[in-house]
Amino acid sequence: MDSVRRTFLKMAGAAGGLAVAMATGLVRIGEAVAAWDKAAFGQKSAKAAVSDIGAASAVESKDIHIKAPEIAENGAVVPVEVTSNIPNTESISIVAEHNPYPLTAIFTFENGTEGYVSTRIKMGKSAPVKAYVKAGGKYYVASRDVKVTIGGCGG
Amino acid sequence: MASYPMRIRARARDGVADIKVLIEHPMETGLRKDASGKLVPIHFIQNVVATCNGKTVLNAQWSQAISKNPFLGFKIKGGKPGDKVNVSWVDNEGMKGSIDATVEKA
Repeated sequence: MDSVRRTFLKMAGAAGGLAVAMATGLVRIGEAVAAWDKAAFGQKSAKAAVSDIGAASAVESKDIHIKAPEIAENGAVVPVEVTSNIPNTESISIVAEHNPYPLTAIFTFENGTEGYVSTRIKMGKSAPVKAYVKAGGKYYVASRDVKVTIGGCGG
Repeated sequence: MASYPMRIRARARDGVADIKVLIEHPMETGLRKDASGKLVPIHFIQNVVATCNGKTVLNAQWSQAISKNPFLGFKIKGGKPGDKVNVSWVDNEGMKGSIDATVEKA
Protein backbone atom coordinates (compact mmCIF):
# COMPACT_ATOMS: atom_id res chain seq x y z
CA MET A 1 0.00 0.00 0.00
CA ASP A 2 2.57 2.43 1.19
CA SER A 3 4.83 1.82 -1.78
CA VAL A 4 1.97 2.61 -4.12
CA ARG A 5 1.48 5.88 -2.34
CA ARG A 6 5.15 6.67 -2.58
CA THR A 7 5.20 5.94 -6.31
CA PHE A 8 2.25 8.24 -6.67
CA LEU A 9 4.01 11.02 -4.81
CA LYS A 10 7.06 10.56 -6.99
CA MET A 11 4.87 10.87 -10.08
CA ALA A 12 3.29 14.01 -8.68
CA GLY A 13 6.77 15.46 -8.26
CA ALA A 14 7.57 14.67 -11.87
CA ALA A 15 4.38 16.42 -12.92
CA GLY A 16 5.57 19.48 -11.05
CA GLY A 17 8.75 19.46 -13.12
CA LEU A 18 6.61 19.24 -16.19
CA ALA A 19 4.76 22.36 -15.13
CA VAL A 20 8.03 24.27 -15.20
CA ALA A 21 8.76 22.95 -18.68
CA MET A 22 5.31 24.04 -19.72
CA ALA A 23 6.01 27.59 -18.68
CA THR A 24 8.39 27.86 -21.63
CA GLY A 25 5.52 26.75 -23.84
CA LEU A 26 3.60 29.82 -22.77
CA VAL A 27 5.88 31.99 -24.85
CA ARG A 28 4.50 30.32 -27.94
CA ILE A 29 0.92 31.32 -27.33
CA GLY A 30 2.07 34.88 -26.76
CA GLU A 31 2.98 35.02 -30.42
CA ALA A 32 -0.17 33.29 -31.60
CA VAL A 33 -2.43 35.62 -29.68
CA ALA A 34 -2.21 38.41 -32.22
CA ALA A 35 -5.15 36.95 -34.08
CA TRP A 36 -8.38 37.79 -32.31
CA ASP A 37 -11.00 39.21 -34.65
CA LYS A 38 -12.07 42.16 -32.57
CA ALA A 39 -14.35 43.59 -35.26
CA ALA A 40 -16.29 40.39 -35.93
CA PHE A 41 -16.61 39.42 -32.25
CA GLY A 42 -17.85 42.93 -31.46
CA GLN A 43 -20.73 42.84 -33.94
CA LYS A 44 -24.21 42.83 -32.45
CA SER A 45 -25.93 41.41 -35.50
CA ALA A 46 -25.22 37.94 -36.82
CA LYS A 47 -25.31 39.25 -40.37
CA ALA A 48 -22.56 41.81 -39.73
CA ALA A 49 -20.40 39.29 -37.86
CA VAL A 50 -20.74 36.74 -40.66
CA SER A 51 -19.87 39.38 -43.20
CA ASP A 52 -16.80 40.33 -41.14
CA ILE A 53 -15.42 36.80 -41.17
CA GLY A 54 -15.94 36.73 -44.94
CA ALA A 55 -18.79 34.21 -44.94
CA ALA A 56 -21.61 36.44 -46.24
CA SER A 57 -22.04 34.35 -49.37
CA ALA A 58 -21.90 30.97 -47.61
CA VAL A 59 -23.72 28.15 -49.39
CA GLU A 60 -25.90 25.73 -47.42
CA SER A 61 -24.33 22.31 -47.09
CA LYS A 62 -25.62 18.93 -45.96
CA ASP A 63 -22.06 17.85 -45.25
CA ILE A 64 -21.96 19.87 -42.04
CA HIS A 65 -23.52 18.24 -39.00
CA ILE A 66 -24.38 20.19 -35.89
CA LYS A 67 -25.12 18.22 -32.77
CA ALA A 68 -26.93 20.34 -30.19
CA PRO A 69 -29.95 19.83 -27.95
CA GLU A 70 -33.32 20.71 -29.47
CA ILE A 71 -34.32 22.11 -26.11
CA ALA A 72 -31.63 23.48 -23.80
CA GLU A 73 -32.90 23.87 -20.27
CA ASN A 74 -29.87 25.83 -19.21
CA GLY A 75 -28.83 28.53 -21.66
CA ALA A 76 -25.52 28.93 -19.81
CA VAL A 77 -24.29 25.53 -20.95
CA VAL A 78 -25.40 24.37 -24.39
CA PRO A 79 -23.24 21.57 -25.79
CA VAL A 80 -22.48 22.07 -29.48
CA GLU A 81 -20.59 19.63 -31.66
CA VAL A 82 -19.82 20.40 -35.29
CA THR A 83 -18.55 17.88 -37.83
CA SER A 84 -17.64 18.98 -41.34
CA ASN A 85 -17.34 16.27 -43.95
CA ILE A 86 -16.31 18.81 -46.57
CA PRO A 87 -12.80 17.95 -47.83
CA ASN A 88 -10.02 20.32 -46.73
CA THR A 89 -12.07 22.01 -44.03
CA GLU A 90 -9.95 24.94 -42.86
CA SER A 91 -12.13 26.42 -40.17
CA ILE A 92 -15.44 26.16 -38.34
CA SER A 93 -17.13 29.28 -36.93
CA ILE A 94 -20.06 29.04 -34.54
CA VAL A 95 -22.75 31.73 -34.51
CA ALA A 96 -25.66 31.88 -32.05
CA GLU A 97 -27.94 34.18 -34.02
CA HIS A 98 -29.79 35.95 -31.22
CA ASN A 99 -26.97 36.38 -28.72
CA PRO A 100 -25.93 39.93 -27.78
CA TYR A 101 -22.70 39.19 -29.66
CA PRO A 102 -23.60 36.36 -32.06
CA LEU A 103 -20.12 35.22 -33.15
CA THR A 104 -19.14 32.68 -30.51
CA ALA A 105 -16.00 31.01 -31.76
CA ILE A 106 -13.71 30.50 -34.74
CA PHE A 107 -11.76 27.23 -34.86
CA THR A 108 -8.98 27.08 -37.44
CA PHE A 109 -7.49 23.69 -38.26
CA GLU A 110 -3.89 23.17 -39.29
CA ASN A 111 -1.67 20.26 -40.26
CA GLY A 112 -4.51 17.88 -40.98
CA THR A 113 -6.70 18.27 -37.93
CA GLU A 114 -10.15 16.85 -38.59
CA GLY A 115 -13.02 19.19 -39.34
CA TYR A 116 -14.57 18.54 -35.98
CA VAL A 117 -15.00 20.50 -32.81
CA SER A 118 -16.93 20.04 -29.61
CA THR A 119 -17.59 22.78 -27.06
CA ARG A 120 -20.23 24.34 -24.81
CA ILE A 121 -21.72 27.76 -25.44
CA LYS A 122 -23.98 30.28 -23.71
CA MET A 123 -27.25 31.26 -25.33
CA GLY A 124 -29.32 34.26 -24.27
CA LYS A 125 -32.46 32.98 -25.94
CA SER A 126 -33.81 30.47 -28.43
CA ALA A 127 -32.06 30.81 -31.74
CA PRO A 128 -30.64 29.03 -34.73
CA VAL A 129 -27.07 27.94 -34.06
CA LYS A 130 -25.11 28.16 -37.28
CA ALA A 131 -21.83 26.61 -38.26
CA TYR A 132 -19.85 28.31 -41.02
CA VAL A 133 -17.23 26.10 -42.59
CA LYS A 134 -14.39 27.41 -44.70
CA ALA A 135 -13.03 24.89 -47.20
CA GLY A 136 -10.96 25.53 -50.29
CA GLY A 137 -11.41 29.27 -49.82
CA LYS A 138 -15.24 29.02 -49.88
CA TYR A 139 -17.77 29.19 -47.09
CA TYR A 140 -20.53 26.69 -46.35
CA VAL A 141 -23.20 26.85 -43.66
CA ALA A 142 -25.56 24.64 -41.69
CA SER A 143 -28.09 25.58 -39.06
CA ARG A 144 -29.84 24.00 -36.12
CA ASP A 145 -32.57 25.49 -33.95
CA VAL A 146 -32.02 25.41 -30.21
CA LYS A 147 -34.82 26.31 -27.81
CA VAL A 148 -33.65 27.78 -24.55
CA THR A 149 -35.82 27.63 -21.45
CA ILE A 150 -33.88 29.72 -18.97
CA GLY A 151 -34.65 29.45 -15.26
CA GLY A 152 -37.06 26.60 -15.89
CA CYS A 153 -40.07 28.95 -16.13
CA GLY A 154 -41.53 26.60 -18.68
CA GLY A 155 -44.52 27.96 -20.53
CA MET B 1 -3.56 35.79 -8.59
CA ALA B 2 -6.19 33.29 -9.39
CA SER B 3 -5.02 30.11 -10.97
CA TYR B 4 -7.06 28.24 -13.49
CA PRO B 5 -6.44 24.49 -13.51
CA MET B 6 -6.76 22.49 -16.71
CA ARG B 7 -7.45 18.87 -17.42
CA ILE B 8 -6.72 16.95 -20.58
CA ARG B 9 -7.38 13.51 -22.01
CA ALA B 10 -5.65 12.42 -25.21
CA ARG B 11 -6.42 9.02 -26.71
CA ALA B 12 -5.68 7.58 -30.12
CA ARG B 13 -7.70 5.03 -32.02
CA ASP B 14 -7.58 4.06 -35.70
CA GLY B 15 -5.08 6.78 -36.59
CA VAL B 16 -7.00 9.61 -34.96
CA ALA B 17 -6.17 11.21 -31.62
CA ASP B 18 -9.21 12.35 -29.70
CA ILE B 19 -8.34 15.27 -27.42
CA LYS B 20 -10.62 16.58 -24.68
CA VAL B 21 -9.70 19.61 -22.61
CA LEU B 22 -11.33 21.29 -19.62
CA ILE B 23 -10.24 24.70 -18.37
CA GLU B 24 -11.49 26.16 -15.12
CA HIS B 25 -12.21 29.76 -16.04
CA PRO B 26 -15.07 32.14 -15.08
CA MET B 27 -15.75 33.28 -18.67
CA GLU B 28 -17.49 36.46 -17.52
CA THR B 29 -19.57 38.13 -20.23
CA GLY B 30 -19.46 41.60 -18.73
CA LEU B 31 -23.27 41.56 -18.71
CA ARG B 32 -23.75 39.71 -15.42
CA LYS B 33 -24.37 41.53 -12.14
CA ASP B 34 -23.03 40.36 -8.79
CA ALA B 35 -25.07 40.16 -5.57
CA SER B 36 -24.69 43.89 -4.93
CA GLY B 37 -25.96 44.76 -8.39
CA LYS B 38 -22.59 45.77 -9.83
CA LEU B 39 -21.59 44.54 -13.28
CA VAL B 40 -18.90 41.88 -13.15
CA PRO B 41 -16.10 42.95 -15.53
CA ILE B 42 -15.73 41.01 -18.74
CA HIS B 43 -13.11 38.27 -18.38
CA PHE B 44 -12.85 35.50 -20.92
CA ILE B 45 -10.42 33.31 -22.85
CA GLN B 46 -9.74 34.76 -26.28
CA ASN B 47 -7.26 32.34 -27.82
CA VAL B 48 -6.58 28.66 -27.51
CA VAL B 49 -3.75 27.01 -29.42
CA ALA B 50 -3.14 23.28 -29.61
CA THR B 51 0.03 21.66 -30.87
CA CYS B 52 0.97 18.06 -31.62
CA ASN B 53 4.71 17.27 -31.50
CA GLY B 54 5.35 21.01 -31.70
CA LYS B 55 3.20 21.64 -34.80
CA THR B 56 0.06 23.76 -34.48
CA VAL B 57 -3.06 21.67 -35.08
CA LEU B 58 -5.82 23.95 -33.82
CA ASN B 59 -6.08 27.69 -33.40
CA ALA B 60 -9.26 28.88 -31.72
CA GLN B 61 -10.66 32.34 -31.12
CA TRP B 62 -13.38 32.52 -28.50
CA SER B 63 -15.95 35.09 -27.50
CA GLN B 64 -17.34 35.57 -24.00
CA ALA B 65 -20.23 33.28 -25.03
CA ILE B 66 -18.20 30.12 -24.52
CA SER B 67 -19.54 28.56 -21.29
CA LYS B 68 -17.89 28.94 -17.91
CA ASN B 69 -15.23 26.27 -17.32
CA PRO B 70 -14.83 25.71 -21.06
CA PHE B 71 -14.76 22.32 -22.69
CA LEU B 72 -12.94 21.75 -25.96
CA GLY B 73 -12.85 18.56 -27.98
CA PHE B 74 -10.98 18.05 -31.26
CA LYS B 75 -9.42 15.29 -33.34
CA ILE B 76 -5.91 15.07 -34.74
CA LYS B 77 -5.65 13.05 -37.92
CA GLY B 78 -2.65 10.73 -37.80
CA GLY B 79 -2.39 11.13 -34.02
CA LYS B 80 -0.88 8.07 -32.34
CA PRO B 81 0.09 6.90 -28.87
CA GLY B 82 3.23 8.69 -27.68
CA ASP B 83 2.51 11.95 -29.53
CA LYS B 84 3.02 15.04 -27.39
CA VAL B 85 0.08 17.40 -27.25
CA ASN B 86 0.05 20.88 -25.73
CA VAL B 87 -2.95 23.13 -25.26
CA SER B 88 -2.39 26.77 -24.25
CA TRP B 89 -4.77 29.66 -23.74
CA VAL B 90 -4.70 33.37 -23.04
CA ASP B 91 -7.56 35.57 -21.83
CA ASN B 92 -8.49 39.23 -22.32
CA GLU B 93 -6.54 40.19 -19.20
CA GLY B 94 -3.40 38.51 -20.47
CA MET B 95 -3.64 35.57 -18.08
CA LYS B 96 -2.32 32.33 -19.52
CA GLY B 97 -2.56 28.61 -19.00
CA SER B 98 -1.05 25.55 -20.58
CA ILE B 99 -1.14 21.78 -20.26
CA ASP B 100 0.84 18.95 -21.81
CA ALA B 101 -0.22 15.40 -22.46
CA THR B 102 1.10 12.28 -24.12
CA VAL B 103 -1.43 10.54 -26.35
CA GLU B 104 -2.46 7.18 -24.93
CA LYS B 105 -3.85 4.13 -26.61
CA ALA B 106 -7.65 4.17 -26.50
